[in-house]
Amino acid sequence: MELAVDRRRAFAYTASHAFEPQKPTLVFVHGAGLDHSLFGLQSRYFGYHGRNVLALDLPGHGRSEGPPLPTIAAMADWVVSVLDAQHIAQASIVGHSMGALVALEAANRRPERVERIACIGVAYPMKVSEAFLEAARKNEQTAFDMETIWGHAPQVPFGGNPNPGMWMYGDALARLARLAPGVLYTDLKACDDYLSDFAGVKCPVLFILGKRDVMTPPRAATALAQKLHAQVEVVELSGHSLMAEAPDDTLDALVEFFSEIRTDRPGR
Amino acid sequence: MSGPKYPGFDTLALHAGQSPDPATGSRAVPIYQTTSYVFRDTEHAASLFNMERAGHVYSRISNPTVAVLEERVAALEGGVGAIAAASGQAALHLAVATLMGAGDHVVASGSLYGGSHNLLGYTLKRFGIETTFINPRDLDGWKKAIRPNTRLLFGETLGNPGLDVLDVPAVAAIAHDAKVPLLVDATFTTPYLMNHFGLGADLLYHSATKFLGGHGVAIGGVLVDSGRFDWEASGKFATLTAPYEGFHGMDFEEESGTRAFLLRARREGLRDFGACMAPMTAFQILQGIETLHVRMPRHVENTRAAVAFLARHSQVEKVIYPELDSHPDHALCKRLLPKGAGAVFSFEIKGGRPAGRKFIESLRVFSHLANVGDAKSLVIHPATTTHYRMSDADLAKSGITAGTVRLSIGLESSTDLMEDLDRALKAAAKA
Repeated sequence: MELAVDRRRAFAYTASHAFEPQKPTLVFVHGAGLDHSLFGLQSRYFGYHGRNVLALDLPGHGRSEGPPLPTIAAMADWVVSVLDAQHIAQASIVGHSMGALVALEAANRRPERVERIACIGVAYPMKVSEAFLEAARKNEQTAFDMETIWGHAPQVPFGGNPNPGMWMYGDALARLARLAPGVLYTDLKACDDYLSDFAGVKCPVLFILGKRDVMTPPRAATALAQKLHAQVEVVELSGHSLMAEAPDDTLDALVEFFSEIRTDRPGR
Repeated sequence: MSGPKYPGFDTLALHAGQSPDPATGSRAVPIYQTTSYVFRDTEHAASLFNMERAGHVYSRISNPTVAVLEERVAALEGGVGAIAAASGQAALHLAVATLMGAGDHVVASGSLYGGSHNLLGYTLKRFGIETTFINPRDLDGWKKAIRPNTRLLFGETLGNPGLDVLDVPAVAAIAHDAKVPLLVDATFTTPYLMNHFGLGADLLYHSATKFLGGHGVAIGGVLVDSGRFDWEASGKFATLTAPYEGFHGMDFEEESGTRAFLLRARREGLRDFGACMAPMTAFQILQGIETLHVRMPRHVENTRAAVAFLARHSQVEKVIYPELDSHPDHALCKRLLPKGAGAVFSFEIKGGRPAGRKFIESLRVFSHLANVGDAKSLVIHPATTTHYRMSDADLAKSGITAGTVRLSIGLESSTDLMEDLDRALKAAAKA
């Protein structure tokens, strides 16, 4: 669906369903340089199982008009603006990587608007290496290679993809090739700069982590998980791209976490 | 953290798409000889059918053995994914049918395999898809042939019968200016000899029957998408960007972005046309791909020896191979095919049809048949076989003569191949 947010054109995938105010809403927020379709299987599931789904393209990504937002706080505010535009009082947020920081920050800044958050492939702080940042700043192919290779478990090039016939590296590179110059750098810089005390986060939190994640390894999420009393699910064979590498494990964890939200309750 | 590094081509040819079988530890790719897959429960079944979970439902749509082949070829080509089909022809049909329907138009190179020409020139025309054939070397011709309803530019990377080297970067640029993709038949070049997507092609397919398999025991095709063409931005591909009633109103581009083409091709094309690949066939083609990087250099090495031998033979009028200075695409070949111009070429034998017939019948190592890309050396003389009803004038229209002989050079001893050619040429001289 096309939205107008902050007077700019934005896109949200809704799993081909019209918005129904009586249903709970799940917002999906993608990672650096990516778009809504990374959540294809998971967002589609919830769209067909009693939730309103808004799988967003952040500004400057996918079908949403740019420019990209420079900070995690700005992205969190933008997500709340999407809720405003849709007259949604409260929603749950699923975020991947950078999107997980956005989910955390939205819950931190506007706790009354966020019911639950699921953070997939998250770490805090989410520091980005100088070499990666510099390559992204220069729009060098090396940056896309780093995002692709470090973004997947080491066994990924040796298959097989749970999604029959697809090549994960090729898919990541094709997505990155469509990005406007500077978008990946802006995203990575936002991750690298992000600091918070998370004092406002009061809602239930789920972390879904890939044991083979080399970009945000599970150990880099331990302290934050403890601080937030987060439920932690570690997927044995997955790297950073959990929705693609372990789609069923990721979906199962999300289904269980969000099952406590009734889908037949009155609208909010 | 060390810098990023992709696995090499040779490693991908052996490993991509498969981890040791989690159920048995089998190192070789298991042949999942099954039509269907047991669902965990009704909820699982529904979620598989509705694309909420990844997995297999029915082997016409996907199969674990076939999926290994698809992922491996996609990895070797650098694509987002692939779909294996019953043949190269099925792959071409799948590509066209996924992108367009009645009223749409293709601009194609005139230098095509006869089967492709038949499909585009006659059969698809009956279903309302028109094709304009042009000289692939005429870049202006490509541009001029594009109409408002054109949906695809198509050519062979090495065209029949003159081994025309398709100027992939130039033709891709023309296609992209017109907001349509370039599809190439990459059968003769394989992912080893040409970086098709790196040069600008958007889609490609192989007759996997040929060099990918290499053994001549299985018919198959593989269609690969680069994922780089922006269907939404083009605005010309309703099959990918508008809700599809045949799949609950799915907008494939919205649903999956870079994977839209393959998603529609699998969910509609394989589902409805049904030209899928059998798991045993996929296994056989995988056996070939495991040695592609070893075989192709030898194919090229033997071909260069045969070309050199024939070029100086007194019984030979002309040799047509892009690595020769005399070939019109020589410079382009050096630029696009630095590892070699493949293992298929033709030459003109002196003495016309009688000499051609005698030459064929005198060969002992070369096999006389209608195929290319086998590990064994192959030969055909069109004027006495595939084109035997044609007059010399009609042959000329097809770009061949009564003396044209096509060779596909295999992996035998080069010395044995030269001796075989020499013996047959001497016999032909007496015809």
